[in-house]
Amino acid sequence: MDHDTAGVGHRTRLIVAILITAVVHTAMGQGIVVSPEGPVRSISEAIRQVEPGGQVTVRKGTYREATIEVDKPVTIIGEGYPVLDGEGDRQLMTVTADSVTIRGLEFRNVGVSFVEDRAALKADGVRYCRLESNRFINTFFGIYLARTSQCRVANNVLQGMGSTETRSGNGIHLWYSKQIEIANNTVKGHRDGIYFEFVEDSSVMENVSEVNLRYGLHFMFSDRCKYHKNIFRGNDAGVAVMYTDSVEMIGNRFEHNWGSASFGLLLKDITDSRIQDNHFVENTVAVYAEGSNRIIFERNDFVENGWAVRIMGNALDNVFMRNNFIGNAFDVATNSRRSNSRFEENFWDAYRGYDLDRDGYGDVPFRPVRLFSLIVEKLEPALILLRSPIIGVLDTAERVLPSLTPETLADTRPSMRRIL
Amino acid sequence: MTATRKIIVYELRDIVRSRWILFYALFFLVITEGLFRFGGGSANALVSLSSLALVIVPLISIVFGAMYLYDARSFTELLLTQPVGRVALFKGLYIGLALPIAMSFLLGIGIPLVFRGILATAHLETALVLAVSGTLLTFIFVALAFLVAVTVEQKVRGLSVSILLWLLLTVLYDGLVLALAAFFADYPLERPMLVLMLLNPVDLARVLLLLTFDLSALMGYTGAVFEQFFGTLAGKAISIAGLMSWIVIPLVAGIRRFKKKDF
Repeated sequence: MDHDTAGVGHRTRLIVAILITAVVHTAMGQGIVVSPEGPVRSISEAIRQVEPGGQVTVRKGTYREATIEVDKPVTIIGEGYPVLDGEGDRQLMTVTADSVTIRGLEFRNVGVSFVEDRAALKADGVRYCRLESNRFINTFFGIYLARTSQCRVANNVLQGMGSTETRSGNGIHLWYSKQIEIANNTVKGHRDGIYFEFVEDSSVMENVSEVNLRYGLHFMFSDRCKYHKNIFRGNDAGVAVMYTDSVEMIGNRFEHNWGSASFGLLLKDITDSRIQDNHFVENTVAVYAEGSNRIIFERNDFVENGWAVRIMGNALDNVFMRNNFIGNAFDVATNSRRSNSRFEENFWDAYRGYDLDRDGYGDVPFRPVRLFSLIVEKLEPALILLRSPIIGVLDTAERVLPSLTPETLADTRPSMRRIL
Repeated sequence: MTATRKIIVYELRDIVRSRWILFYALFFLVITEGLFRFGGGSANALVSLSSLALVIVPLISIVFGAMYLYDARSFTELLLTQPVGRVALFKGLYIGLALPIAMSFLLGIGIPLVFRGILATAHLETALVLAVSGTLLTFIFVALAFLVAVTVEQKVRGLSVSILLWLLLTVLYDGLVLALAAFFADYPLERPMLVLMLLNPVDLARVLLLLTFDLSALMGYTGAVFEQFFGTLAGKAISIAGLMSWIVIPLVAGIRRFKKKDF
């Protein structure tokens, strides 16, 4: 009896498969179905058979096969998240053709390599790829785009299992690419969550990058990219971005990047950029700027950080406008006697001035650099005196008669109310 | 021992009846409640409360302690005409004074903390360290007050010495540390700083509180050294021993002088 039903089931399935194949065939050229017990059991075989522009549907199951090369424009769609298992020793999929779509697959166990940048899903020298709604578990590098353009990477979930920085790869890694869209992905436990090198005109929107071993976001030489509404949380070293022009960072959250070498946002040689409407909460250093020029910081919230802004003397002509500084141990620290940046109309919770003409702005300037922050910049061990009464006495004395802190680093129109 | 106990009990009654101690408890009650209500978040409130307690507790303990012993001079002399040992008397006076001051501090901060359910949150550790260090600081500064009171004959001079001692330990010492650090800036200072912090009970309490706020991340290498030291059992033992010796040493010295003192 069991045998009978199984036979019927098998027959029905076969008929259905034939029907589907027929439908797909008439609708969009040729489609191939891969399933663990079907006629086509490997994805590589399906790609060999499918016509360019066709679709490969992968049924639920676990597939263990040699690195799959997608060398023609096809759409690969997983049903019920079929698993591609690399068994810890190989790259899983390499895309070498334009216009490839990969959706709904689960990539597992790529394995550490110290020789090559082995990735679960690598696209090399292609255009118009769409990598969407895939899962990556314990992959060394997750998604790796090299020399690509006009691709979209969206709704993927990446969970790294790396234990140390050297033994783990980046979640979403881009190299020499342009006009890429990275949206709604979640990256955890990798070395760098999102990594850009020589990437141009791309956008990173609404991603979550957290508890990575090094940086949540790390880019260099990547001009004209946009970063909107992402969350970077609890990464070991926070976010570090370098050697780039025309960056736009709007509406992101940098949260709880806490540790002695951790930064909410480290800017090194970033120029002509805009950092706006971001929330910096509970970071050791919310914003660290070095050699970074002409950046506009507007309407950001700096809440309960160790240092809200640490700006080095070699950062020139930056503007801090209408930001909120609330509950930070140090609002602004610098290593220079001179101020090369402007502070205007910010809200400082440490401001003790008054507003007699009731225009909403304090009548006396606010100097956000405390004497103590100047001392610890030169003499780090002195930090152990944090919250000692003597520090309060020194700071007050300095505030009344500034002699050591940069005279010109002042907000001449501090806002009396929190900026909303 | 019974003599000591009797003196403690008598003194407890005497002090609880004085308004002083009530105001002290009320002060902390109002401040704690106020900070939690208007301080913007319980973490902030605890930080402010700790900073305040580290200044106020030593001040009140040393001033009130010295004053009490000066005022109790005739009572002390009366008791010494009775068959009461000097050591027992001194111990009784000390415990009978330090205990209610510590209790009223604990009540003052404790009632709002319990009432607001802070003890059930992640700030439990900070609250506990604050309670323990506040209590120990009370015992330390009452001990110092007794040492001053038995050493300096005149009340006014004794009170000034007490206040100077308080100023030295809470404010000037840190200034000195800062000056030393600036002077020896070219040398690795993490370990010497650690020793300097261990030597001053107020600083030690402050550092222990800082570490519970996880502020060591701000302090880079220095913070790491401190974290590592206080994280170990030996480090904890040494810091407790450091605080205890600030109670024991002034007390022993005080008892010695008290025994020889010519009333």
